[in-house]
Amino acid sequence: MTVTRRPTRRDLVRGAAVVAAAALARPALAQAAPRIAVIGGGFGGAACARALRRLDARLQVTLVEPNKTFTACPFSNEVIAGLRELAVQQFSYDKVAADGITVAAQAATKVDAQARSIALSDGTTLSYDRLVLAPGIDLHFDALPGYDEAAAEKMPHAWKAGEQTMLLRRQLEAMDDGGLVVIAVPAAPLRCPPAPYERASLIAHYLKANKPKSKILVLDAKDNYSQQKLFEKAWAELYPDMIERIALSQGGRVTSVNPATSEIVTDFGNYTAAVANVIPPQRAGRIAEIAGAADHTGWCPIDPVSFASKLVPNIHVIGDAAIAGGIPKSASAAAAQGRACAAAIVNALAGKPPETPRLDGACYNTVAPGYAFSLKGIYQPKEDQYAEAEVTTSPVDAPPEVRQREADQALAWFGTITGDIFG
Amino acid sequence: MPSALINIPKKAKRGDVIEIKTLMSHIMETGYRHTASGSVVPRDIITSFTCRFNGTEVFRADLYPAIAANPFITFFTTVTESGKFEFEWIGDKGFSETAQASITVE
Repeated sequence: MTVTRRPTRRDLVRGAAVVAAAALARPALAQAAPRIAVIGGGFGGAACARALRRLDARLQVTLVEPNKTFTACPFSNEVIAGLRELAVQQFSYDKVAADGITVAAQAATKVDAQARSIALSDGTTLSYDRLVLAPGIDLHFDALPGYDEAAAEKMPHAWKAGEQTMLLRRQLEAMDDGGLVVIAVPAAPLRCPPAPYERASLIAHYLKANKPKSKILVLDAKDNYSQQKLFEKAWAELYPDMIERIALSQGGRVTSVNPATSEIVTDFGNYTAAVANVIPPQRAGRIAEIAGAADHTGWCPIDPVSFASKLVPNIHVIGDAAIAGGIPKSASAAAAQGRACAAAIVNALAGKPPETPRLDGACYNTVAPGYAFSLKGIYQPKEDQYAEAEVTTSPVDAPPEVRQREADQALAWFGTITGDIFG
Repeated sequence: MPSALINIPKKAKRGDVIEIKTLMSHIMETGYRHTASGSVVPRDIITSFTCRFNGTEVFRADLYPAIAANPFITFFTTVTESGKFEFEWIGDKGFSETAQASITVE
């Protein structure tokens, strides 16, 4: 699930013009280079940091990210299904640092918006003129009774790629043929909305080949989901009678789990799983709440043109943590927002009004090797919120060549976005 | 899939407070929406829900257009004897559905 926007020639020209204008209009700034801190080195934060440096090489950019290696979520469902290794999902920050960005391998523990400073886990303080929050999601353990970090070791969420991804894969590999795999899906908003269904598809692919008597049960707190007709057609074609989904209005909302007994409880049923993949409700990464940028929903309201927080000054929020209307919480939406936010910051520092962003997106879902479909969208601010300006979804009826081509495009997309941001 | 979902405990002790959960599949069309051509989409909602235990009404709700599709109604009651809960949903366009569930009181 993704949205991409590559720097266009116009961006580069605009960047150059902004640098020139800034130098002319604000000579004082030429001496004291503005300090921009970016918290979170995922697709959004890393894309933003690099775009800032490309637009204005004078900027002093620090990327705060405790992990030395980034593990990408897109294509991690393939890792769960044994179709791909985790190593190809992992990227270092070497090339980010080579752009002249300071990579602080620390966790941000506090943000003082008044003093414009960040406390880091090593006890040091980082001052900034502008702060970009790109913390992604936190799993909202309190929102699902019975589920917590210890339970996630028994019933993996695998919703942050890495060890959790491998844990779910190992559980599937160890499961006896004929086992029941239960996937619990939370209500919106969630990271990567169609990913639970892509996951069900790819797990079915693994089971069909290795444990064909097994079943998958999707317990869903939603009635409808993105690209539903395409998924349902693919399931009927590829995995008949293997995947059952109980939607919200059929009593599918999971109300509690019991890791000791592997039970998953809904309002109207009780299921015992051989393998339980429990995806809990989510909210913005914790530091957003600490900074005061998250509201009662747990997510961060922003001005859609500048990505400026509506709650705290000099702070911008991008990616999964932001309330971005019709834009899905996806890797390439985050990257597109990161680049647009960088442009808005450079404009603001130059005293120029922000340009209205136009974010392009493409979200691919792979349901079997060589079988994928997509949703491509263009998103623009409309009445204080992002709206879909144009959306194209793959046709429900299409020959295998089309599905194959989209599977190839999906892989090419992953290469492009990770190359742009980490290469 | 049945259109009504009911969840009550199979067994309870005399005098226990028990939770009853019900869900009825229904569009709950408000009657306030218009089609692209401007004509009103007629109202089509559930207007009343009743729960009886051994023939005696123990819970009733009137429903209005602001209630979302697929009404999920949950409530508590006490039980003093074994018996049968009967549920009834009545609505526009002659809508009428029933369901029942038994409980053993020890």
